Amino acid sequence: MKLEKVAQQPGSVPGPTLLALRGVGKVFSNGVTALSNVELTIREGDFLSLLGPSGCGKSTALRLIAGLSTPTSGVLDWRGSGALGRSNIGDRSNIGFVFQEPTLLPWADVFDNVWLPLRLKGVSRAKAAPAVMEMLARVHLTGFENAVPRELSGGMKMRVSIARAMVTKPRILLMDEPFAALDEITRFKLNNDLLELWQDERFTVVFVTHSVFESVFLSNRVVVMAARPGRVFAELAVDAPYPRDEAFRTSPDYAALCRQASDVLIGAINSTAGPHHDGH
Amino acid sequence: MTAIEEQILALDPEEARRVRQERFERIGRWLLPLAIMILAIWLWDRVCVWNDIPKYILPRPGVVLQTLHDDAGLLFSSLLVTLRITFLSLLLAVVGGVGLAVLFAQSKWVEMSFFPFAIVLQVTPIVAIFPLINIYVDNQTTKLLLCAWIVAFFPILSNTTLGLNSVDRNLRDLFKLNGATRWQQLRYLRLPAAMPYFLGGLKIAGGLSLIGAVVAEFVAGATGQSSGLASRIIEAGYRLNAPRLFAALILISLTGILIFLVLSLISHLILRRWHESALRQER
Repeated sequence: MKLEKVAQQPGSVPGPTLLALRGVGKVFSNGVTALSNVELTIREGDFLSLLGPSGCGKSTALRLIAGLSTPTSGVLDWRGSGALGRSNIGDRSNIGFVFQEPTLLPWADVFDNVWLPLRLKGVSRAKAAPAVMEMLARVHLTGFENAVPRELSGGMKMRVSIARAMVTKPRILLMDEPFAALDEITRFKLNNDLLELWQDERFTVVFVTHSVFESVFLSNRVVVMAARPGRVFAELAVDAPYPRDEAFRTSPDYAALCRQASDVLIGAINSTAGPHHDGH
Repeated sequence: MTAIEEQILALDPEEARRVRQERFERIGRWLLPLAIMILAIWLWDRVCVWNDIPKYILPRPGVVLQTLHDDAGLLFSSLLVTLRITFLSLLLAVVGGVGLAVLFAQSKWVEMSFFPFAIVLQVTPIVAIFPLINIYVDNQTTKLLLCAWIVAFFPILSNTTLGLNSVDRNLRDLFKLNGATRWQQLRYLRLPAAMPYFLGGLKIAGGLSLIGAVVAEFVAGATGQSSGLASRIIEAGYRLNAPRLFAALILISLTGILIFLVLSLISHLILRRWHESALRQER
């Protein structure tokens, strides 16, 4: 199956290259090739989704970008000027990460959870308070500072997780299927709020998802990946303008874009030959 | 308000039954064990009377209570001696157990190398080790402490080690991403995560340190070196003073129960906001 480029014109939010993955591959010690020869350019201000079936290496790619794992072959080129440009691995302090689960400290209240990244950098509670409170306001959690995670709903926990990732004002936010476990109504709300935050702050997002609809709604670029070996299958530009809201969600444009992305995804799934067709 | 009241009035038979059963269980939880206990004591008393058992073989409960009152000075001063050993050894078990666990958590190699020693100490009966301690240690208090400590430290060590190693993988990654130092990871992540495990170990160690203290006194008391509750029991045994024997026994049991309750309360207070084990059951 040859690489299919559906669209190559820049999306609606162009910017200088922040990170380029060049021929990046990852082979695990058990011999599984998680990623093979990945070429991907992430520009500043991009909202880029990695879309694909399970086992296509989306999460592995995210971990490589975060520096939580090192590639077997190829390089990650942080070419952007400023704090991010120091090494191949990148300056981790400028990376926000949101996991699939909220991953909060269960014994700490909401304030302390959001404070954590700053606390680890030596910022005192009093000094961190304005930033923490501002982030809590941004994710609509004002008034919940003293609640502990188990007192919150799944959606609220995810909001705390996002606030924690954003409290250091990172240039790039990495999200690993953050809303996959939430109900649809909550997911829509969080999608809207995330977009709002992104438009205000202008950071870069790499968003891993297996939902066509979510990736199209959020991103200006959808990178479709295929499995065995994990690789970039095709890239899709989503040229709909921002801000995107509920009107966009029900528009024919959105439906058409979703259909287009679905077709590409089906192509990616079918390109995975071999007997182990449906996941692990 | 009225809406809620209406709702209560409108309870269907099944829900009403459930409410009744809950109320019954709430009261029964306290009343039932208490009633059985009183019944057992009454039966004990009757058995003594019916069979004309002399009090140097099986004293009546009233006599035991009387002895507890009459010998209070002697028994409680002995209890204090035993309690001192118990709490000191528990304190040392906490310090030693947590300290070793933190050390073990620093590296798999350290844990693999030294954990067998802890197991050897744990599985060898303390009564069998005591003669050795008796040879090497002169100080009486140190002897008893060492004994009680060997018995009590293991559950804390093993539980805390388990807790320090059971940290959520993603949380570990989060700390790594934020450039946390080893110390920060220990202070803000691993120690709090290990807290429920540690408290579980502490509850076991509390009872064990009392047992350790009494057993140590027993072994030491056989050579006439102790003044704790155990030596009172041995003494009473020699003199066929069964009432005092029973009184001392009851005192030890009550102390053990009290230690357990206090440690349970501490555990509950620390964990009640976040840990599953301390949450009230909800349907």
